[in-house]
Amino acid sequence: METSVLVQIQRVLENPKLQDAIYSSTARLMEKRRAAIPPELEQEFQRWREQAHQIKKHTLENLDHYLELLEKRVTERGGHVIFARDGGQVADFILELAKRHGAHLVVKSKSMTTEEIHLTKRLEQAGFESVETDLGEYIVQLANERPSHIVAPALHKTRYDIAELFHQRLGVEPDPEPEHQTQIARRTLREKFLQADIGITGANFVIAETGSIVIVENEGNARLSTTLPPIHVAIAGIEKVIPRLADLAVFLKLLGRSATGQPLTVYTSILTGPRRNNELDGPRQFYLILLDNGRTRVLADRTRRQSLYCIRCGACLNHCPVYRKIGGHSYPWVYSGPIGAVITPQFQGLDEAGWLPFASSLCGACGEVCPVKIDLPQLLLDLRYDAVKAKIRENKNRWERLSFRLWAAVMKRPKLYELVSTALGLIDTEETNGWLRRVPGIFALGPLKAWLQYRDFPPPPPQSFRQLWRLRPPAREALD
Amino acid sequence: MAVAATGSGGVGLMERDHILHLVRTAIGRSVGQVPEEPPTVLLRGQQMPLEERIRKFGEALEKLGGKLHVAASHSDAKHYVAALVAGKRAVASGASVLLECQITELPEVQAGPWTLETLRQACASADVGITGADYGLADTGSLVLFATTDEPRMISLLPPVHVAMLRKERLLASLDDLFLEVPDLAERSSSVVIITGPSRTADIEQILVRGVHGPGQIHVVLV
Amino acid sequence: MSLRVSLFITCIVDQLFPRVGLAMVEVLERLGCRVEFPEAQTCCGQPAFNSGYRKEARAVAEHFLEVFRGAEYIVCPSGSCTSMVKNHFKDLFADDPQRLELAQQVAGRTWEFSQFLLEVLKVEDVGARLPKVATYHDGCHALRELKIKDGPRRLLAHVRGLVLREMDAAEECCGFGGTFSVKFPGISAGMGRTKLESILRTGAEVVVSTDCSCLMQIQGLISRAGLPIGTMHLAEVLASR
Repeated sequence: METSVLVQIQRVLENPKLQDAIYSSTARLMEKRRAAIPPELEQEFQRWREQAHQIKKHTLENLDHYLELLEKRVTERGGHVIFARDGGQVADFILELAKRHGAHLVVKSKSMTTEEIHLTKRLEQAGFESVETDLGEYIVQLANERPSHIVAPALHKTRYDIAELFHQRLGVEPDPEPEHQTQIARRTLREKFLQADIGITGANFVIAETGSIVIVENEGNARLSTTLPPIHVAIAGIEKVIPRLADLAVFLKLLGRSATGQPLTVYTSILTGPRRNNELDGPRQFYLILLDNGRTRVLADRTRRQSLYCIRCGACLNHCPVYRKIGGHSYPWVYSGPIGAVITPQFQGLDEAGWLPFASSLCGACGEVCPVKIDLPQLLLDLRYDAVKAKIRENKNRWERLSFRLWAAVMKRPKLYELVSTALGLIDTEETNGWLRRVPGIFALGPLKAWLQYRDFPPPPPQSFRQLWRLRPPAREALD
Repeated sequence: MAVAATGSGGVGLMERDHILHLVRTAIGRSVGQVPEEPPTVLLRGQQMPLEERIRKFGEALEKLGGKLHVAASHSDAKHYVAALVAGKRAVASGASVLLECQITELPEVQAGPWTLETLRQACASADVGITGADYGLADTGSLVLFATTDEPRMISLLPPVHVAMLRKERLLASLDDLFLEVPDLAERSSSVVIITGPSRTADIEQILVRGVHGPGQIHVVLV
Repeated sequence: MSLRVSLFITCIVDQLFPRVGLAMVEVLERLGCRVEFPEAQTCCGQPAFNSGYRKEARAVAEHFLEVFRGAEYIVCPSGSCTSMVKNHFKDLFADDPQRLELAQQVAGRTWEFSQFLLEVLKVEDVGARLPKVATYHDGCHALRELKIKDGPRRLLAHVRGLVLREMDAAEECCGFGGTFSVKFPGISAGMGRTKLESILRTGAEVVVSTDCSCLMQIQGLISRAGLPIGTMHLAEVLASR
């Protein structure tokens, strides 16, 4: 694990204001979700989850068929489908498109997929202005930071942080009122929408049978990005495909409720190709870029494939006690929380991110709330196994491996176990009725030292249970 | 045309085939193999009498901060809208329901015919955007708008206030009913938008603020 | 009813919290069970399994199956250890049909303590008395893997003199998580402190749970902070007279 990540985690743990921001924001999101699934809806909600899981399973198991169908339909509607292996190809395509049309200004609506491939940076490096238009993303862009949560990108910022930020970057007087801050952003961004040459969005779902993309949002910036600029480019991972329009009924019911506790978000746009002859406004050109970027690798693993069912609702983040303590920036990649812990090692490799699945107490809250029933806790366990196997192959974890082998050797042999137990019992610890703050020098290594850094340790009892059991009066045993 | 040959050219085509090949290998399928049947999705329409639909719609809409006016007549509807646009600049679409209620006759209202340019300018400076609505969804208080020449997208989007006139008989019970009623909605228009309340955000400290990019006020007039 | 109960005491209770084991025995005997202790038992293998060392976990799990193969009712004072046997042994023996079969049989006969009382002995009132203000912490494995939620609360409701106050974050993880507690001690302790704040808001004198691992984490933090709060395993509460 990189030191920089450890440093970041430590920084967050020592920052009470940030701690509070993360904890209370996620608490509110959890509460909203709970309120959107009242007891009378619970059974049906569970049915939807199972349905969604099955639809995703089927789609991915027949993905080639659906991708080809999608391509056919989009093309019939006058749109274009581009398959891209990685972020570089996406950027190349867009830059070429922009050059061809003399485009300079791009407006972007929120898309984790574009974060994943650092699209904005690539466009900026090539001399284009690429403006994030989702309020949270806009704030984070101005601050030159990464978003810290899938659904609430600026969750880690207080209104005072934002007031200062707007003052610095937009030249306005510092004003901590969220209403005013929102109006400032609206004004500034409205200008951009009206001037933009290209609108870039993600897609929450891509419907194969109709060739449509579906974008859900609350602000209206995706609608503006797909209405005003003459060119619309949508970028979606290949796993975003669903077969039919009717499937949308299931997914929409799950997404809003799981993400923000809304039965439907404010805007649900079902967009099918560029504007038609009987329409006045809307983009003249529509491009759908389908991105691999490692997804086909995950797809190949039958048990890990379910990682791709994710509909990016953020529920697992909100319920994860680890996320709620360390926040999104402590994760090494753009996807944080339990889903991030599961896909990062698969996309970036175990060398880079094999440690991440271990940063979990395996509490299981994530699996309970995932709307598409990804078995996140099981995947975390499986990835830990993968990580250990990889380390063994590279001979990287000799001490840990030796420790567990010794441990297993002892645990298989009851007499040896008792011998070790008795030996440990002989260690002289501070005579105290209370719990231990310290243990004798040489035992304060590794795990015990890490424990004692923050907590006291239970004083080893004079006798183990089995020793006490053997001391029981014989009369009781005669009952057998 | 299978792929955007413009620019990406031959590389684009290779990439497409390569990725599809990777997909097939990953899932163990071959070219042209017949796919399995997708799981059944049962859409459940709700039998709900009109009065109840109207009541639910009003409740849901108001909870979101929108306003419902059930018009007693065409002239009542016109009267209501007149009050909303008094002294302001308004843009109206060419929806038939607006014509029937004579909305376009109101002095503040600019109606078509539009070119894209004149529409943009009008919407960018308007205070109120007046549209029809193809459907309403009662349980969520939503409006469904299909984009056409007569019903451009930006009228319900740019101005800070959105007034929508919805015919009573187009008020459906739920989202499932919409998909049952219009299974071919993607054929009808390149843009079908389901609008559920005023534009909002909670990106700043999870505090609710309305009217971020889209309209911060929504009025629905049921006709 | 004189059921033959085989104690699966767990290594943590054996080594660090033997009183909990004795309390469990007392309650079971009070309710008429014949309690035996298969002495060859050691551990269920969870620490290795959770750390990704499945080969080592499997070796220990094999020993477990041998020890308990003839048992009728295997009763355990830990949600996480019970869940290891019931839910995760199948991961270890997926490629060994014979052992998998045995594992499934043994799993079917393994019970977490509170579930055994309620579902097998069908008892809610064990005749306990403990005049204290308590709060209950839902251990994650017990809660989510064994679906233990109401059970312990029903048992506690019959403890004379006990006042049970629900904390607002009863279902939030205490931060133990096995080796997580020492691999990521800062995060673990942070999570534990959040739990502690929730406990303090109830004004309880004692925290009760079905898992000693959780109680060890919570008591460790309580002790470090010098707070006058105690922790008790459910068995200890039910053994109180």
